[in-house]
Amino acid sequence: MSTLILRTASNYLLPVLLVFSIFILLRGHYLPGGGFVGGLIAAIAFVLHAFANGLDDTKNLLRFHPGFLMPVGLALAFFSGMSPIFVDQAFMTGLWFPEPFPVIGNVGSALFFDIGVYLVVIGVTLTIIFTISESA
Amino acid sequence: MLTAILLGFLFALFLVFTGKFFRGKLAILSALIPAGLFVYFASFIPQISSGEIISKTYQWVPAFGVDLSFKLDGLSLLFSLMITGIGFLVFAYTASYLRGHKYLDRFYGYLSLFMAAMLGLVLSDNLISLFVFWELTSISSFFLIGFNNTNPASRKSALTALGITGFGGFSLLAGALLLGSITGTYSISEMLSMKEAIAGSEYYILAVVFIFVAAFTKSAQFPFHFWLPGAMKAPTPVSTYLHSATMVKAGIYLLMRFTPVLGDQEFWNTTLIIVGGITMVYSAIHTLFRTDLKGVLAYSTISALGILVFLIGLGSKDAFMAASVFIIVHALYKATLFLVTGIIDHQTGTRDVTKLAGLRKIMMPVAIAGILAAISSAGIPPTIGFLGKELTYEASMHAETLTIVIVIAIVLTKILLLWAGFVAGIKPFTGKLPEPYKDVKAPDFLMWGPAIILAVLGLLFGIFPMIIESALVKPVVSALGADASEYHLALWHGFNTVLLLSAITIVVGILLYFFVKPSANLENRIGKLEFISPKSILEKGTHYFNVFSAFWTNVFQNGYLRNYVTTIVLFLVVLVSYIMFGSSRVVIDHTQLSQVTAYELVVALILIAGVFYTVFTKSRLAAVAAMGVVGLAICLIFVFYSAPDLAMTQFSIDTLTVILFVLVLYRLPKYLTLSDYKMRVRDGVLSAALGTVVCLLALQVLAEPTNSELGDFYAKNAYIMAHGKNVVNVILVDFRGIDTFMEISVLAIAAIGVFGLLKLRLKSTDRSQ
Repeated sequence: MSTLILRTASNYLLPVLLVFSIFILLRGHYLPGGGFVGGLIAAIAFVLHAFANGLDDTKNLLRFHPGFLMPVGLALAFFSGMSPIFVDQAFMTGLWFPEPFPVIGNVGSALFFDIGVYLVVIGVTLTIIFTISESA
Repeated sequence: MLTAILLGFLFALFLVFTGKFFRGKLAILSALIPAGLFVYFASFIPQISSGEIISKTYQWVPAFGVDLSFKLDGLSLLFSLMITGIGFLVFAYTASYLRGHKYLDRFYGYLSLFMAAMLGLVLSDNLISLFVFWELTSISSFFLIGFNNTNPASRKSALTALGITGFGGFSLLAGALLLGSITGTYSISEMLSMKEAIAGSEYYILAVVFIFVAAFTKSAQFPFHFWLPGAMKAPTPVSTYLHSATMVKAGIYLLMRFTPVLGDQEFWNTTLIIVGGITMVYSAIHTLFRTDLKGVLAYSTISALGILVFLIGLGSKDAFMAASVFIIVHALYKATLFLVTGIIDHQTGTRDVTKLAGLRKIMMPVAIAGILAAISSAGIPPTIGFLGKELTYEASMHAETLTIVIVIAIVLTKILLLWAGFVAGIKPFTGKLPEPYKDVKAPDFLMWGPAIILAVLGLLFGIFPMIIESALVKPVVSALGADASEYHLALWHGFNTVLLLSAITIVVGILLYFFVKPSANLENRIGKLEFISPKSILEKGTHYFNVFSAFWTNVFQNGYLRNYVTTIVLFLVVLVSYIMFGSSRVVIDHTQLSQVTAYELVVALILIAGVFYTVFTKSRLAAVAAMGVVGLAICLIFVFYSAPDLAMTQFSIDTLTVILFVLVLYRLPKYLTLSDYKMRVRDGVLSAALGTVVCLLALQVLAEPTNSELGDFYAKNAYIMAHGKNVVNVILVDFRGIDTFMEISVLAIAAIGVFGLLKLRLKSTDRSQ
């Protein structure tokens, strides 16, 4: 499957798809999208790259095992949920910056929670697919 | 008070990190913890004996009425003092008994864990927190019985004990929930005022049965008694502490605690008298057939627990008095005897009572402790044992029905217990010292000190009963709901029937001691009856249960994915259609359905074509691609019905699913026909049935009146409360964030599972190559 066209295309597609996935992630708060879909798209980007260039290439590109994204994402989601406790509010109360940021929009604890979901989904999907393709 | 209870837990945790310092000479310092706690609880004696009750409440889960509320009254004070006092002696004793043991720190950790759990148990005023502490005692007991974890017998006993007491704990929880639903509270103090309401409830019997099962399993009553002799595999300090003085009395404590709530009813009293009576006679007879010192002590402990249950069952003021004195008596002499046995075992290396004799020449202080304890256990004046026995006889003689039978049973038990006490406390020290034990070394002070302290206390309390009378005994009796003010403990009650019975007991018991010697012969004889004992019956039961579960697992968990899917689908179809067709008629409301448009029809046709192609194609890759088509068609339907989030996710998932399939299928052999015609038809029918049922269900749901309150709430508040306009996403990350968090955790666990399974398989193939 490693044709020249696909290989060349995937090198450009990877960053584009990753940016797109982040766009989907951030957009989720107002329009269809969110961490889950964003994570899946990012995972697809890497899988596409692995298809074109081989698994080892993608792994080198990633530098670390995608499984590490799972604890990182879980921790991020957990601490974003914990953060209201420090200002004497119940667990998982949404905290928000009063003014929206340029480009990103409103920033609050829910956004970090969503980023956590995003990372976990990438980690899970890539771990499963990489493991299966290694052993198949 | 919370600190006092938590101290043991904290110390156990502290030992995890600093264990290596406590393994050596510093081990003795651990004894400071129970010693300090003993002093702390002893300082409450004046307050409690003047009738005060100290309580303290910390909120835990207020929404469910579960609090950490603690109550210190006479009953809990007596138990707390026993736990910490005997705890102190056992901690000190252990320092010498297990000196240099590799896991001494671990042992202390378990012991203090147990101590804390036990304190929590006797101080809890909330049924749920009592249950939690109750379970903690079972768990720490499991670790302690299985402390010699290289010995399979020890592991098995630990498991048996955990199984039995765990079952009891389950029953306690059931009883607690039942009582909670009858009274609307979990607080035991509040239940006290609802005695009539509970007794009048239709669930009274059931609640009592649950509490009984909990108490009987913990306190080793017939037919649950057999875990206790097995638990003697534990190191002797454990047997002393848990299996004679404290933990096994937790069941007694529970019964006493609930006497003012559930007691004074015919069912309560009769059951306790019968079970206690059977237990005390049955296991007292068993002591005759043991040659292992700890075996003798184990059965005599069960018998003593039986006496306590029996006394609680009698339910009179005399009986409560007798029970509270007997708890103290038993804790003092039985702990001493266990400590003495431990010393003998430690120094000579055997516990076989037929081999032991004349050890007084080597360990005089131990012999004194043993003889004092034996005298107290025999109930010979002037020890406190005599007092306990007198009160017990007094209470039995005032039993309302079958007085003769009851008195004979209790006298017989006491005679046999006297024999057991003499065998354990006197026999090893009298007579001629056998040749092989000439060079046995004397134990050090840390070992015989605790034994002698307990033995001397037994004598001291007997001569001066006023020491414990108002401080310990009377508050216990009043905690049981009886008025004890006019009672006075004294050794001398004048010439009466009770004294006559005492004299008979002592004379017959001593004669029995001289004529019946424990021997291996007797032990073998009882061994022949083992097959009808509750233990063997239960073991057979568990064996057959294992066979049955193996069979069950082979049928349902056979490793073929297709069978799993078939089972699940079949079950779903049967269940859903039973509910749907059984309870109400199926109504389909055509007016609710929207018009079918042309492009919807086209997509539906593509979908159906995809399904048929998937089923009938001869190429595996084509089947996967066709599945992709089905998925995308469903995506389109989502888009038509304005669920863009769902469509996006479905789209990505479908892409990944196809990729996954391709990855796996790529390496598989060519498409083979693995199923015959019949199987395919069967699967087809099953799938069609599921599809029909789900379709009908969906239509049925449409016909039901819908409640849109929740949806409206989310739609209204998404922007106001969560600053988001995409309701779906706001629900996911904000309103129901905890759900999402759990879901991503499950995802991560699944990924780890896949990783582990596949990598593991890789390794094993590597090895076989």
